[in-house]
Amino acid sequence: MDTKQIETILQTKTIGIAGCGGLGSNCAALVARAGIGKLVLADFDKVEAPNLSRQYFFRSQVGLYKIDALRQNLLQLNPALIIETHCLRLTDADIASLFIGCDVVVEAFDDATAKLMLIETMALELPATPLVVGNGVAGWGNNNSITTLRADKNLYICGDGILETSQELPPLAPRLMVVAAMQANQVLEILLNNTI
Amino acid sequence: MNIILNNRPESFDEQRLTFEELIKKKNFTFRLLVTKLNGKLVRKEHRHTTEIKDGDNVTVLHLISGG
Repeated sequence: MDTKQIETILQTKTIGIAGCGGLGSNCAALVARAGIGKLVLADFDKVEAPNLSRQYFFRSQVGLYKIDALRQNLLQLNPALIIETHCLRLTDADIASLFIGCDVVVEAFDDATAKLMLIETMALELPATPLVVGNGVAGWGNNNSITTLRADKNLYICGDGILETSQELPPLAPRLMVVAAMQANQVLEILLNNTI
Repeated sequence: MNIILNNRPESFDEQRLTFEELIKKKNFTFRLLVTKLNGKLVRKEHRHTTEIKDGDNVTVLHLISGG
C-alpha cells in the first residue's frame, strides 16, 4: 500500500465518536488529520473553561456545544471532512441507530457506567462493528503502564486499566492524550490492516 | 478445568464454575464489570446462572471513570 492508496481507503471510512470531551475531541482531531472521510459525533455537553486544560477546544468556544465547537475545529484541519453531529446524552436506545453506518466506534465517555452501557449495547446490537474503548487515563508519568488489550474480536481497550480520575489524580493532558492517540492509532490499524 | 481468562491460561480445581463464582474466586471486586463468555456478552443478572467449563474463553473487564 502506498500513501495514495492509504488516503483513498481512509477517505471512504466513517468513525463514530461517543463523547466529545478529553478522549473524544482529541481522538477526533487525530483521525481527521489522518484523513478519515466521515465522523459521527455524539455529546450533550457545552465547552467550559476548565476543559481547555486537555480538550480540543479554544477560549473563544466556551459556552458552545462541544459537537459544534469540535465541528468548527475539525473543518479547520480538513474542510472536506463530512461531520454528522448528535447533541444528546447517548442511551442504549440510540446507539445502534446512530452508529450503524460506522466502520469503527470510539468510546470516549468520562463516566464508567456510560462506558459499560456502550460496550454492552454495541456487543448486543452492533457486534460486527469494532469498538475502541478508553479505560484508565488519570494522572501523569508511567508511560509504559498504558497498553492496548484486544479483549475480544471486536473490542479493544486502551489505557492503564487501573487509575480512576479523582482530586489527587486529575485528568492531565499528556497522559489523556496518549490514550486518545492510542485509540486513534488502533482505529487506523483496524481499517488499514483489514483492507490489505 | 483450564480456561482462557483475559487472553491468559488459568487453571481451577473445579470442573465447572458459575460466572459469579469465578468473579469471587479471582477477587474482581470492582462494581462495573463487562463479562463475556466465548465472545458473547453475559449481563450481570445472568452471571449466577451462566456456567464456565473447561476450554472456555472468558473476558472480565472493569471499567474506570476518566476521559
